[in-house]
Amino acid sequence: MQSKFLNSAAILGLTVGSCLFGSAAAKAEDLTLCWAAWDPANALVELSKDFEAKSGHNMSFEFVPWPNFADRMLNELNSGGKLCDLMIGDSQWIGGAAENGHYVKLNDFFEKEGISMDDFIPATVTGYSEWPKNTPNYWALPAYADVVGWTYRKDWFERPELQKEFMEKYGYKLDAPETLEQLKQIGEFFQGREIDGKTVYGAAIYTERGSEGITMGVTNALYNYGFKYEDPNKPYELEGFVNSPEAVAGLEYYKSLYDCCTPPGSSDWYMSEDIDAYKSGQVAMQMNFAFIWPGVEADPNVGGGKSGYFSNPKGPGGHFAQLGGQGISVVSYSSKQDAALEYIKWFAQPEIQQKWWDAGGAPAFRAVVEAPDFAKSQPFAQTFLDSMAIVKDFWAEPAYADLLLAMQSRVHNYVIAEQGTAKEALDSLVKDWDEVFEDEGKK
Amino acid sequence: MSESVLERAARSTPPDVAHKITGLSDRAIAWIFVAPTIVLLLAINIFPLIWTIYLSFTNYRVNRPNRDVDFIGLRNYERILTDNDIWITMQATANFLVWTIILQVLIGFSLAYLINKKFKGNDLWTTIIVLPMMLSPAVVGNFWTFLYQPQIGLFNYIIGFFTGADPSSFTMIGEVSLAPWAIVIVDTWMWTPFVMLICLAGLRSIPDSIYEAAECDRASKWRQFWTITIPMVLPFLMLAVLFRGIENFKMFDLVVQLTGGGPGSTTELTSINLKREAFEKWRTGYASAYAVILFVTVFGLASIYVKALNKVKER
Repeated sequence: MQSKFLNSAAILGLTVGSCLFGSAAAKAEDLTLCWAAWDPANALVELSKDFEAKSGHNMSFEFVPWPNFADRMLNELNSGGKLCDLMIGDSQWIGGAAENGHYVKLNDFFEKEGISMDDFIPATVTGYSEWPKNTPNYWALPAYADVVGWTYRKDWFERPELQKEFMEKYGYKLDAPETLEQLKQIGEFFQGREIDGKTVYGAAIYTERGSEGITMGVTNALYNYGFKYEDPNKPYELEGFVNSPEAVAGLEYYKSLYDCCTPPGSSDWYMSEDIDAYKSGQVAMQMNFAFIWPGVEADPNVGGGKSGYFSNPKGPGGHFAQLGGQGISVVSYSSKQDAALEYIKWFAQPEIQQKWWDAGGAPAFRAVVEAPDFAKSQPFAQTFLDSMAIVKDFWAEPAYADLLLAMQSRVHNYVIAEQGTAKEALDSLVKDWDEVFEDEGKK
Repeated sequence: MSESVLERAARSTPPDVAHKITGLSDRAIAWIFVAPTIVLLLAINIFPLIWTIYLSFTNYRVNRPNRDVDFIGLRNYERILTDNDIWITMQATANFLVWTIILQVLIGFSLAYLINKKFKGNDLWTTIIVLPMMLSPAVVGNFWTFLYQPQIGLFNYIIGFFTGADPSSFTMIGEVSLAPWAIVIVDTWMWTPFVMLICLAGLRSIPDSIYEAAECDRASKWRQFWTITIPMVLPFLMLAVLFRGIENFKMFDLVVQLTGGGPGSTTELTSINLKREAFEKWRTGYASAYAVILFVTVFGLASIYVKALNKVKER
């Protein structure tokens, strides 16, 4: 009798225990986050351990190198793949991802969880989260704030003999340039110069043709000379804005910068080539996204005070910089959307955003970046703030790839391959883009 | 007339043996064996081809599943055939094809001719010469991008050494005038051994007795070369040209690795251009029309060429 009772109790206990354990196990999910393979992604892996500990979910990561990132991940989304539960996709993808139903719309979730978009830098909300732009329809939480800026060899700039020579030649102090014209003059000054027994060059700029490189570079000159994507009063009206005389001057400027001041052989350079040229002491200045700055600081050759940072210099038509960065979205094909939303809720917390900055990430959270001590927290923090204040982004239309590749081709043909004039290149670009918008039924 | 082995085998097999074993006719058995291949062929070759032709008349985009697919007739074809940029791409492809084939045939045949002579170590030389074609095109492309570097590259250094030019004053893969030659040089370096091997097979298939007869007739070496060697090797050479032509028409990996199609569109071959339209811009209908045009072009040219090859073989 007693043994029967014990057996029954044991069975009951096991049943209850297994039910409890089972329900706990059902809650724990294996989430996969997809992003590009770069330094910030490694920082996020570390940061996410906190989420794993608190939520009980396991995090896996699928990181793809930048040159293949769009190909790989857009294929995944277009095919309705279930690989990614969370996607940190590029800002240009928002339009297509929203219209094609790749991402989960987050408005209700944000409202329920008390996540306010007012807590994030407005430009990043527009750039990374909204579709249609400037409407309160949110498809992502701003995850990584990035912008094109410049790094320069402060240790070279500070050499007295170079300071003296530069002052005599140009009549102003050799320092971080404030205008695009000064940037070019400094580039010319260093071009072909011998420093420490080695020939160095002016600047490493974006010239890459295959994906988005030269577009992300040339826009930093175009915007500042007066290029606009469309008539502000008449959407998709491009004539006279994309190919305005000011835009033509901007494109001519970028070509002149390429011709005068870049290292030989830099006809197809993007982020990694620019970093390599800078870290190996080939160039005095480097155009690159801000994400590389922590790596520059940590580098034994150029870090530790040898480098300085400045935002994209102003031009005659304004002061802008190309926006980079991404938002984090929940993939609509994921079967673990609730757990994925939990991750976003965790990530949106102020203390996690602060940890994100400390770990080498770049939050778009205002409470972090507007904190009084933020500007002094890193040597590049002030430049990051200055740059984020002047951002402008490329089209985020569903057909952004057509628009991007057309620009890549037209600009590269003119700047690098010296085919035709700047006016012809931009006229052709207007024609290409008009055709895309006609196909889209937007014109 | 003597009976062939096959004919004897066919005569000795009872005509309805299959029927006796399985209850099926020989024709039915034959269909059972052939059917899987036909189904597979239809599924992986014919159906995609027909589907591609269908898509080429639509505005379908694979990345826009929610958008209506409209039948737009010949609009895609019209756009492609009137697009100046695509003609430039076609021209770049034609230039690449012509120059690589000319160089590879000339050098490949010359090497085969030399290797065919009996000398000490010719097997070793053959092995050394064929090494490049054993490498992956992606590796070769990567390797040559370093060789072409103006500041550290061996290629520029060697050119500079012989011409006195400053190695950093020119960039093979960054200048419009030099980039097409940069890829022609690499492709020639990599694939000349292939042409050489085919030519070598042709040269070794010529019986010595023909040359001995020509010697008896007091034909000069030059005359032997033009009247014996070249005509006998010609079918092999034409075969090599066909293989290299088809391979280079679809050339992709090597060029992507070397120049990415640039500078500008200088080295953007049709295969790269097509890939960009189909899988970067996602213009599926347009890219299908593009693929159909390329298919018809290659199929037409290859058919004419194969006819010519057969005529040469029949001579």
